[in-house]
Amino acid sequence: MAQVERQQWDVVVVGAGGAGLRAAIEARERGARTAVICKSLFGKAHTVMAEGGIAASMGNVNDGDNWQVHFRDTMRGGKFLNQWRMAELHAKEAPDRVWELETWGALFDRTPDGRISQRNFGGHEYPRLAHVGDRTGLELIRTLQQKIVALQQEDFKEHGDYEARLKVFQECTVTRVLKEGQRVSGTFCYERESGRFFVLEAPAVVLATGGIGKSFKTTSNSWEYTGDGHALALLAGAPLLNMEFVQFHPTGMVWPPSVKGILVTESVRGDGGVLRNSEGKRFMFDYVPDVFKEKYAESEEEGDRWYEDPDHNRRPPELLPRDEVARAINSEVKAGRGSPHGGVFLDVSTRMPAEKIKRRLPSMYHQFKELADVDITAEPMEVGPTCHYVMGGIAVDSETAATVGVPGLFAAGEVAGGMHGSNRLGGNSLSDLLVFGRRAGLHAAEYAARGASPTGRPAVSQAEIDAAAAEALAPFHAAEGAENPYTLHQELQTTMNDLVGIIRREGEMAEALERLAALRVRAARAGVEGHRQFNPGWHLALDLRNMLLVSECVARAALERTESRGGHTREDCPAMERTWRPVNLLCRPVDPVPADPAADRIELVRTRTEPIRPDLLALFEKEELVKYLAEEELYE
Amino acid sequence: MATGTERPQQRPGGVHDASRAAIAARHLRTDRWWLAPAVTAAGLLAFIVYSTWRAFANADYYAAPYVSPFYSPCLAENCAEMRGGPNWDLFGSWWGLSPALLILVFPLGFRLTCYYYRKAYYRGFWASPPACAVAEPHTRYTGETRFPLILQNAHRYFFYAAVPVAGILTYDTVLTFRDEHYAWGHMGLGTLLFLVNIALIWAYTLSCHSCRHIMGGRLKHFSKHPVRYRLWGWVSRLNSRHMQLAWASLISVALCDFYVYLLASGAFTDPRIF
Amino acid sequence: MSTYDASFRVWRGDAEGGELRDFTVEVHDGEVVLDIVHRLQATQASDLAVRWNCKAGKCGSCSAEVNGRPRLMCMTRMSTFERTETITITPLRAFPVVRDLVTDVSFNYQKAREVPAFVPPEGVAPGAYRMQQIDVERSQEFRKCIECFLCQDTCHVVRDHEENKGAFAGPRFLMRVAELDMHPLDAASDAGLDRKRTAQEEHGLGYCNITKCCTEVCPEGIKITDNALIPLKERAVDRKYDPLVWLGSKIGRRKG
Repeated sequence: MAQVERQQWDVVVVGAGGAGLRAAIEARERGARTAVICKSLFGKAHTVMAEGGIAASMGNVNDGDNWQVHFRDTMRGGKFLNQWRMAELHAKEAPDRVWELETWGALFDRTPDGRISQRNFGGHEYPRLAHVGDRTGLELIRTLQQKIVALQQEDFKEHGDYEARLKVFQECTVTRVLKEGQRVSGTFCYERESGRFFVLEAPAVVLATGGIGKSFKTTSNSWEYTGDGHALALLAGAPLLNMEFVQFHPTGMVWPPSVKGILVTESVRGDGGVLRNSEGKRFMFDYVPDVFKEKYAESEEEGDRWYEDPDHNRRPPELLPRDEVARAINSEVKAGRGSPHGGVFLDVSTRMPAEKIKRRLPSMYHQFKELADVDITAEPMEVGPTCHYVMGGIAVDSETAATVGVPGLFAAGEVAGGMHGSNRLGGNSLSDLLVFGRRAGLHAAEYAARGASPTGRPAVSQAEIDAAAAEALAPFHAAEGAENPYTLHQELQTTMNDLVGIIRREGEMAEALERLAALRVRAARAGVEGHRQFNPGWHLALDLRNMLLVSECVARAALERTESRGGHTREDCPAMERTWRPVNLLCRPVDPVPADPAADRIELVRTRTEPIRPDLLALFEKEELVKYLAEEELYE
Repeated sequence: MATGTERPQQRPGGVHDASRAAIAARHLRTDRWWLAPAVTAAGLLAFIVYSTWRAFANADYYAAPYVSPFYSPCLAENCAEMRGGPNWDLFGSWWGLSPALLILVFPLGFRLTCYYYRKAYYRGFWASPPACAVAEPHTRYTGETRFPLILQNAHRYFFYAAVPVAGILTYDTVLTFRDEHYAWGHMGLGTLLFLVNIALIWAYTLSCHSCRHIMGGRLKHFSKHPVRYRLWGWVSRLNSRHMQLAWASLISVALCDFYVYLLASGAFTDPRIF
Repeated sequence: MSTYDASFRVWRGDAEGGELRDFTVEVHDGEVVLDIVHRLQATQASDLAVRWNCKAGKCGSCSAEVNGRPRLMCMTRMSTFERTETITITPLRAFPVVRDLVTDVSFNYQKAREVPAFVPPEGVAPGAYRMQQIDVERSQEFRKCIECFLCQDTCHVVRDHEENKGAFAGPRFLMRVAELDMHPLDAASDAGLDRKRTAQEEHGLGYCNITKCCTEVCPEGIKITDNALIPLKERAVDRKYDPLVWLGSKIGRRKG
């Protein structure tokens, strides 16, 4: 029997990125005693990597902007698969969430009249992104972090204890959401520093753990992005939604290896950077799809003229949507025309003078100079697609962020699905974190206040704790011939990258599922050296369970959806099919869990999306809707 | 548990504190970290030796039309008579020591409390710290929280005093456009030296952190004070070169004095340009 | 692509003790120190404890001391060393060690709590905040801070004098005070909080002897000393050592 410390809280927030911190602030302000579980140090969350900005239709730069326009852009970006009520709430509430940050001390870049400056971004009709240079994510995290500290200072004044009503558990990880019956009763956690287990008993748990990028070899995501929240939800019985939609950014760094996957911002291409293959050819001209033919330049000369005179020339094909560019790069590399390190060349050095490059692209110049020792004013960059974001996630109620079928479990941020449909617009993720982070915190606090009565708080059973502890300790008891978790992780990343990556084929995905089954078998034997105190090998062994589960969801859903849409591209089904528009794919855990590790863990369920509200549909032209909506939806 | 060396029981409290990683070495730097403080200390020491000798010498500080910046303005009765020059007999005849001592207090105080020189001598002379991440040899440290170092906060008042001194040195520089017979419209090698020196003195004085604060640094809203914002911007640009200016002006002032010494002692004759 | 074997000495141990252990590791073109540490984990020491997150110099997690200098491991390229050089990696030496390259940085989080938060101006609704770009730029520079705590680690005030940790907030958090004091809409003074005074009296500004190591090690290139600490010292002088203010307070005290 595992003796573990138990603490009682009202709301436990798992994850301390933008969504988690915003949820915690809201829950605490609504009176709930709130604990935040933070996988690394407080303030290091992956949110800091966001550069572009926060999309919110404040209309500071162009007063034509409003929530309806933002809603429309978001739905178009997501190819109409978005959970429309989320997109609506998001567009309506984003400005308030940004303004609120200012009252907590955030300092955004300003317009000449002193308001928050807003910048243009792909897919947004008006300048809409509130930003601070190219470090908006850092500003967001720091502001939320400092707001939490401000609340703790209030509590200190009142109770003499900073952590009386809001506590951040740094470098702790949740391995199980605990339940009594159907209801959430708490979380089982370990502390990295000591390896100690502890249980937080709480009627409400908010999952805000971010994405799944670490299941892929090339990714812009950090080590924490192992799909923990997705897996915790599945294991607790809550389904995931549309996991096949994974956004690959076309231009990540591929060389040197130390920086593989780190983003090269889109503005490199917007400012004149061109893509070339190993033969020196600007290959993008060969990859303009028919639907875009009349909108893009047909010759290099015309494309080059566009930078100076966009009104009388068509834009160069390097500026096609992300998925098109990523696909083209992929094809060139597969055809053997890639760069030495498996990407293609992105060149600005021959396109503008060095001074201009440094002035227009300062952060990129420094990124390559400092991280890679590459002078982009003198030589081309090597770039290739990198896994960036998962649009799919835990299925949630649009209003309350509550998960499906597990009372007391909420989800917000990248871990939640639905908001972005099949493809996310730049800038919409930071606003998503704030809008739905707040909603999750609000409803979790209300639920906790209600849930405490009349039957009392759900209890945590010793049996559940013992099971969770045994599961977490298993890697220390591996028999002879234990598998190295690092090796397993690398093989998993290769499998997902090569077989369920940016371009997907039926046969490859089927193979991926077989390989995942084999990896599951081996992962059951994963073993580690050393002891429980800050042991990264052990932590990885525990994260493997989550990555394997989530990867199975992605592969299974991707195999099922026989069309190409947004972040899901099937070579064997290249067209977007209107009949698939109203279809959601839900991943559910196989119940009961099969004893054989090779057996499937996930089953797919098709559901129909809720019909889009007529007044929202009315925001679009009929001709546009015809392109997206299924036949029967048009007559509803 | 890791095996290996016993925890070294040296001075507790610093990098050898019981809670910290047990590493015996005071530092693990492999570069020539000692070079910068050594050069700084040597440079400052050389200046101190030279200026002490010259300040107490009470001789060879005037060779018309040049007056050594160490002796200007000259505030006692025992000063050399400098026609049209910076004689200002405030102290009268009771002052028997070198008149340089009276005036050098101000530039000395200005430089002693200067934020750059503080760094230079705390590192170079006091080894507090000798270099970054190199443990300092002191067991206690209270910084500038108590007497006497709390007086460093008086830097601003030395800045106020340094401005008129720089003004007088400017006047001296104008006087160098005379020849040895006090006739105007001439220029020698010394004039050039004095011009360079005064430019550096002003640049150093105005690039001072206190000056930057007074000009605009203390404001909360630059947008409400456009003129001061512009001044602050200028001073800030100069301020980023404060260290270089501190050294350049230190060398130039010593050179000017030495040049006057050479002229006054007859070791050299000022080459005339016109 | 060229590969070579490099010699490393990595401190391994915990609060009980430890030692520098020798490793020979393969190094590939274009790698950084953190890559080498990861290779050590994957091939020779799976339980080697290290903190890291973004691996792009943006989160400030992988702080350590490389050849005795406080650095972010992800921003220290192997090409800056001789191939024959033995590279020494230790944890930060100003903080209690937890294990291997991981230290207990809770000192910094305590200090963060001691700096009173931003005070919003009364009567200004969200969305009605107006600030000019030139007024926010100074504080924006300080908000570039990624909280790697290298400045806190290198500052001799606490690195060499454990006993000063109580009284001294360190460069990072004095810079936070400066950031708030320069924030165009911070209303602390209306709420009776004088940040300039507290910088001196509660956060230990006087301990700083402006020897600039914080600025030297800052991976974000923030001019901590010139733009935050010295201006803050000057602001404190305004309050405490200005003779007129001082005289006023003396007279005031006598009256009171």
